[in-house]
Amino acid sequence: MTLRDAAPSTPLSGQRGSGSSWLYDPTIRGIVFQVLLVVGLALFGWWVVHNTIVNLRAANIASGFDFLSTRAGYDIAQKPIDYTIDDTHGRAFLVGLLNTLVVAAIGVVLATVLGFLVGIARLSPNWLLAKVASVYVETFRNIPLLLQLLFWYKAVLSVLPGPRQGLALPMGSNLSNRGLIIPRPVIGEGFELVVGAVAVALAAAFGLSRWARARQMATGQSFPSGLAGLALVVLLPTFAYVLAGMPITLEYPELKGFNFAGGLVLKPEFMALLLGLTIYTASFIAEVVRAGVLAVSHGQTEAAYALGLRPSRTLRLVIVPQAMRVIIPPLTSQYLNLTKNSSLAVAVGYPDLVAVFAGSTLNITGRAVEVIFITMSVYLVISLLTAAFMNWFNARVALIER
Amino acid sequence: MTDVASPGPDARSAIYVRGTFVPPSPPPGSTVGPFGWAHKNLFSSPFNIAATILTALFLAWVVPPLLDWLIFDAVWTGENREACLPVDGREVGACWAWVQAKFGQILYGRYPLDQRWRVDLTALLFVAGLVPLAIPKVPYKRENTILMLTAFPVAAFILLYGGFGLPVVETALWGGLLVTLVVAVTGIVASLPLGILLALGRRSKLPIVKTVSVIFIEFWRGVPLITVLFMASVMLPLFLPSGVNFDKLLRALIGVALFSAAYMAETVRGGLQAIPKGQYEAAAAMGLGYWQSMRLVILPQALKIVIPGIVNSFISLFKDTSLVLIIGLFDVLGIIQLNFSDANWSAPTVPATGFVFAAIVFWIFCFGMSRYSQYMERRLETGHRR
Amino acid sequence: MTNIAAEDLSADRSKMTVGSQVAVEMIGVNKWYGEFHVLRDINLTVRKGERIVICGPSGSGKSTMIRCINRLEEHQKGQIIVDGTELTNDLKKIDEVRREVGMVFQHFNLFPHLTILENCTLAPIWVRKMPKRQAEEAAMEYLAKVRIPEQAHKYPGQLSGGQQQRVAIARSLCMNPKIMLFDEPTSALDPEMVKEVLDVMISLAESGMTMLCVTHEMGFARQVANRVIFMDQGQIVEQNDPEAFFTNPQHERTRLFLSQILH
Ligand SMILES: Nc1ncnc2c1ncn2[C@@H]1O[C@H](COP(=O)(O)OP(=O)(O)OP(=O)(O)O)[C@@H](O)[C@H]1O
Ligand SMILES: [Mg+2]
Repeated sequence: MTLRDAAPSTPLSGQRGSGSSWLYDPTIRGIVFQVLLVVGLALFGWWVVHNTIVNLRAANIASGFDFLSTRAGYDIAQKPIDYTIDDTHGRAFLVGLLNTLVVAAIGVVLATVLGFLVGIARLSPNWLLAKVASVYVETFRNIPLLLQLLFWYKAVLSVLPGPRQGLALPMGSNLSNRGLIIPRPVIGEGFELVVGAVAVALAAAFGLSRWARARQMATGQSFPSGLAGLALVVLLPTFAYVLAGMPITLEYPELKGFNFAGGLVLKPEFMALLLGLTIYTASFIAEVVRAGVLAVSHGQTEAAYALGLRPSRTLRLVIVPQAMRVIIPPLTSQYLNLTKNSSLAVAVGYPDLVAVFAGSTLNITGRAVEVIFITMSVYLVISLLTAAFMNWFNARVALIER
Repeated sequence: MTDVASPGPDARSAIYVRGTFVPPSPPPGSTVGPFGWAHKNLFSSPFNIAATILTALFLAWVVPPLLDWLIFDAVWTGENREACLPVDGREVGACWAWVQAKFGQILYGRYPLDQRWRVDLTALLFVAGLVPLAIPKVPYKRENTILMLTAFPVAAFILLYGGFGLPVVETALWGGLLVTLVVAVTGIVASLPLGILLALGRRSKLPIVKTVSVIFIEFWRGVPLITVLFMASVMLPLFLPSGVNFDKLLRALIGVALFSAAYMAETVRGGLQAIPKGQYEAAAAMGLGYWQSMRLVILPQALKIVIPGIVNSFISLFKDTSLVLIIGLFDVLGIIQLNFSDANWSAPTVPATGFVFAAIVFWIFCFGMSRYSQYMERRLETGHRR
Repeated sequence: MTNIAAEDLSADRSKMTVGSQVAVEMIGVNKWYGEFHVLRDINLTVRKGERIVICGPSGSGKSTMIRCINRLEEHQKGQIIVDGTELTNDLKKIDEVRREVGMVFQHFNLFPHLTILENCTLAPIWVRKMPKRQAEEAAMEYLAKVRIPEQAHKYPGQLSGGQQQRVAIARSLCMNPKIMLFDEPTSALDPEMVKEVLDVMISLAESGMTMLCVTHEMGFARQVANRVIFMDQGQIVEQNDPEAFFTNPQHERTRLFLSQILH
């Protein structure tokens, strides 16, 4: 840069006079280039908008967001909130969004559990276990998710026999081509007591661990707060449950005719999507976990051992805190991927945001621009929130380096 | 005191000089050989033993039925559905006969039979161009790359689509592996230049250029590919002047290219960041302008570093191409699904067979490419150390 | 190789007394990595207060030998007895030994997610069950001894290599070890930082600590060690007091080695 700035001062270029030298000034060049870019983008934008308006007019399609408050006129197979065909497109959007969030949230939990298990298994000193874990990872991350979803849906779950011949599972559960049917918990009188007991137990366990930690710091005496906390969390609610006269009963599914009545039904669409998302994402999470643990050098373990720390303490105090810093950012982006991938629901007929809104609503109203805009915005907002969290996290935990 | 007979130093003496060297001896039997290996890797502790037993039980539960289904109970030959029907309680595994019958479609879709040599020729040209590029030792990388990025696409387009005396084959007839590869390869090739520009833009000191690049990149990375494909298939026609009608495949290609350009930009940016600052300064000190220093000094180095990253992007893109079936194109998966409805071949295990076969096809490509990317990564690492 | 000349270091040998009790005893120790025989019939007795320097060519098994003493490596034949406790697969005994033996590594191995002070108090709190306040007070004392009390609240990444190694020494001392092991503590350091670490090690020797030290700092060996051990091919080749070792090496391997490192 500096040499270029100096170049015009040589006699030869000096003779070109001041008239053309601004062309060679990097600052001015930058400004000109940016102005051209803005103008170009604006023209392009205008051209697109103009074409769209002309096309819409020609096709006689109205525009605007008023369709959100008109009657949707179609039903949705799974609705976490009340919804009928007479509800609006706006409410259908909400149902789709909630369905997306439900499957994403459950998927994130399951994929995390499975991914951590597989990732740790891959690091295990047991050769067989490590090999099985790597076969899992290499198999499932190299097969397209859509293919896996279709496989679970069309080749596994829909070819199961009907409910009468379905696979009977414990507690009256049943797996058939109608999905997985499990007992439904029915909440009765006095349930508040149990909820209260759970809350109290959790708070007490938390307080206990704080107290134990403080006491250890102050006097050096340790207290098995984990075990005591666990006992508290298990026993107190159980006690409250019995005391309140067992307010939670299970409604077992019953075979009536060709189908089951009662119980909680997990539809094949939902199960296929959940299974596919979990298995696929877990294979990536396993790799993230493995890389995170391997990123903590062996010297750290040795130093901890040399100080007399036990392996379990070493893991908790030295390895995990360091590995988590490495793991959490890519883990978050896997969560984001899972959420975005849940849009493949449309292929197996699970009514997520894309299937409901960018599918049914778009087809019925024809408002392609608005519908796609809203749908994309939802995912963008989720992405941006995740990115914001990640920046905050990275700033907070980054190891301080010179 | 030195004592040759007892080779160790005496515990009490301060002075010791070894007489003869102790020759290496084999380790105690329990630590080497197959037994030592098994002891160390499978049975070293109670926990380890438990893990071995549980894993072995799991394998015993999963592997035999899998092998039965894939091989022993599978149907390898047959003319129609009869072959794959479970009559008289016969166990029927995979219906490979179906795959055999549909193999042509899986490769070419409905591309006319007598024209399929054109696809084969294109594939041959592609492999002939790619293999020398992929092997690090082969020279003429630069010339070859230019050829692959200019002459090959033109030749491929003419061969596949038609013109210059070749009859036109509409893209609606394309399908199977052909579409999968066309979408993935075009996507990656088209996204490379755009991705490089965006990466440079994101690192630019010009605020507007930077903002535009960041918005572009984050937008495409923030939305699922399926919404992009929806957009390409329903909104793109609206954006263009009426009368401009474009092919469904081309629409998908544009969507895929823009989408993967954003990911490519991030990959390339990683490479640019890995170039030491000294290189930028050295280029500037030599009097090179921005574009000159990028073209001659920075990008050649950065792109070499990101080869594994580009291959990984390609793997993702390759897997994502299967999504085009949602907007009505028939890639490998699409063609296979389409053929489930063939009444001649309707048998219970056909869908599973089709999906498993598609999975094997995708797996071979993706696993092969990921191994290649790991190989390049290791090569780059050792190259850097030197 | 950075060799601090003996004149640059000043140690007061009169303060270093050797007791009669045995601190470490290795009897016929053999170790293999797979088929590779790394340690071959090692016999060594270290008495309380001894300062032993171990040297030898790369790959001769020096690190492996001292790492066997706190069971970072397992030996397959022979006996290792540390402060009266024999090392076997018994985890309790391993714990016992590791509590009494401190170790300093070539690459410091400080915990990057903890502050200097937390690095020093981690083991006293969790292993010695010391109250935090007391652990911190002790840690500050040791940090003062290694001359960096003002860095206590920084993170390892913010310190120079020499400072980090001094923290690593202080961290080990906080456990009040009876024996200290050093594995090339200065070889990852820039030349100007070597002396600050050696000075700390010298004052440690003067305080009567039993030390086993793998190092090629011959100035340090002359000033501090009461025995120098030369290893090659996994075995002890020669052992002598430093003066005799350097001026009159007996074994030809020793002579060859010394001529290479002393030029
Ligand atoms: N984990 C291991 N597995 C297999 N071989 C090993 C392992 N660790 C060390 N070795 C081998 O054992 C031999 C002795 O290693 P050691 O680290 O003890 O040598 P050293 O004398 O400390 O050398 P240096 O001066 O380079 O540190 C070397 O040949 C080394 O390659
Ligand atoms: Mg060593």
